[in-house]
Amino acid sequence: MSSHSIDQNAPAILAEVRPADVPRPALVEHHRDFHWITEKICGIVEGKTPVWWWWCFGVATFVASFTVAGLIYLVATGVGVWGHANPVNWAWDIVNFVFWIGIGHAGTLISAILCLLRQKWRTSINRPAEAMTIIAVICAAIFPVFHVGRIWFAVLPGFLFPFPNANAIWQNFRSPLEWDVFAVSTYGTVSVLFWYIGLLPDLGTLRDRFTAAGNMLKARLYGFFAMGWRGSNRQWSNYEMAYLILAGIATPLVLSVHTVVSFDFAVALIPGWHTTIFPPYFVAGAIFSGFGMVLTLMLPLRAIYRLEDLITQYHIDCMCKIILATGTMVGYAYSMEFFIAWYGANPYEGFTFINRAFGRYDWAYWIMVSCNVITPQFFWFKWVRQNTTLVWILCIFVNVGMWFERFVIIVTSLARDFLPSSWGYYSPSIVEIFTFFGTFGVFSALFLLFIRFLPVMPMSEIKSVIPAADPHGAHKH
Amino acid sequence: MKKAYGLVAAFDTTPDFFHACEQVRDAGFSQWDALTSFPVHGLDAAMGIRRSKVPRFSLAGGIIGFCTGMSLIWWTGAWEYPLIVGGKPYFSPMFAFPISYELTILFTAFATITGMFVLNKLPMHYHPVMKAPQFVRALDDRFYIVIEANDPKFNPAQTRTLLEQIGGKDIAEIEE
Repeated sequence: MSSHSIDQNAPAILAEVRPADVPRPALVEHHRDFHWITEKICGIVEGKTPVWWWWCFGVATFVASFTVAGLIYLVATGVGVWGHANPVNWAWDIVNFVFWIGIGHAGTLISAILCLLRQKWRTSINRPAEAMTIIAVICAAIFPVFHVGRIWFAVLPGFLFPFPNANAIWQNFRSPLEWDVFAVSTYGTVSVLFWYIGLLPDLGTLRDRFTAAGNMLKARLYGFFAMGWRGSNRQWSNYEMAYLILAGIATPLVLSVHTVVSFDFAVALIPGWHTTIFPPYFVAGAIFSGFGMVLTLMLPLRAIYRLEDLITQYHIDCMCKIILATGTMVGYAYSMEFFIAWYGANPYEGFTFINRAFGRYDWAYWIMVSCNVITPQFFWFKWVRQNTTLVWILCIFVNVGMWFERFVIIVTSLARDFLPSSWGYYSPSIVEIFTFFGTFGVFSALFLLFIRFLPVMPMSEIKSVIPAADPHGAHKH
Repeated sequence: MKKAYGLVAAFDTTPDFFHACEQVRDAGFSQWDALTSFPVHGLDAAMGIRRSKVPRFSLAGGIIGFCTGMSLIWWTGAWEYPLIVGGKPYFSPMFAFPISYELTILFTAFATITGMFVLNKLPMHYHPVMKAPQFVRALDDRFYIVIEANDPKFNPAQTRTLLEQIGGKDIAEIEE
């Protein structure tokens, strides 16, 4: 309720003190109406494919071919083509996996947690953010699936999914790695379902517009996926309930996914991994990196399609503040890890942290600290948040920093474990570098397909937050 | 001559539409519907629709999911091939919990969506209102009230008058 709806039940003092009327920032600027929103969003899908799109798609698929080539080479040759060797038997594959999964988390945060918290600004960014989630999960899944080498064993007989192996032995359900299989595949599935349910009404709009325009092929195609949605309020009633429940279950899901990912490390005994701070620290880091990627994608999208009325400065401010909050949490976790390593008086733990900051991987550690701790602090300043170019550059630093965070955690701890005789230094092989580099192409290509063929923003949700949507008239709120 | 499905009236603003729905509800119609491009806040009450039954599906799905996780891990580890791993018990709800938790969520999601589709009778690619030429604006910027001809209170002339009285525009008949 806004401050100016003073009714009879309000305390009498309110009439005397007359609280200031603080206007809420408009979620859609320039008083756009329902039809403008439909035309704007559908226009992107219905219009001719822009030239820049073909250029970007060409570059993206070229970059993606590095991943394809790297994976074909890996399957044909063996996992040895990656640079893993004792003692670092886990490196870029798990780093990249955690990096991409973490990026996905912002999409679910926006679509589920902000939905439960009734944050209306989520409406114009939730669709692209959810698309980002799904694509990021696809990029993440590449690594655990391919690190088994003979990928046809990933499913049956199960290296990953629960099927007995050749000796009739089942998976070890005590292992966090097996929990991860369930967490990530559930996360991917629920994200797709949630995204699809959100798309349903908008696909209906596209179907009707293509039907009216006489393009029956596209009308049938979009109509097939719209499932006969007709905007009846009897449908909306069930739809809204289903959406709310999905938001309600996606919230504990997203928190559990990165918690389980952090268990991959926290349950092990390696110094630097075996800490209870990992679950909240990983979840905060995931949301931090995810919002970095949301802004990295959203700011160019906003500029190219002139979406400034829908992704307003208020939206950018909100996202920057979340980056600031979660980035500060991550910074706190870094310092608390150091403190506990000293306070816990465990010499191995203490050595690990000194080694992280001043050992042979110190360059990675200081890249991580400068990107993740210093960068977000710029978002305290309004002039920084209002400069979209600067915001975009800072978000790139966030992305880089969060990749290095996973690298530092995983590689430094493994390279210097308990026995000095087994110490080593890990460097990635060229195949690893190419495979990871290519995932950015996979990600970009899929995202480009999304913005070309699907409504980039949830029209029905944006319509419901503009003043004209209020059944009691805009003036009364 | 095709059979008439019902009468449709258009509305341009949310408040007009909202109050019109309240009046149709108060006139005692049961076989009628309101078409809108976005969920209007409070419209369920204005139409007299009861709370959605989707949560029943969700609850059933969640319970089945949790039991699936627990029984899968118990059956594989303690019954089908008991194997000592790390000196730990064959089965404990503790280590079985994370997977059961994820499966609870997975099955709840499937059940919720199934429930939504079943209760909404989707997919239904043909519906009389979708054939009407004005329908293209129902998922764009206009609001419609459709009163079906098989409603016991339906009377072509009187219902048309009612729709006019409550502010409906472009009142037209839809064929089956």
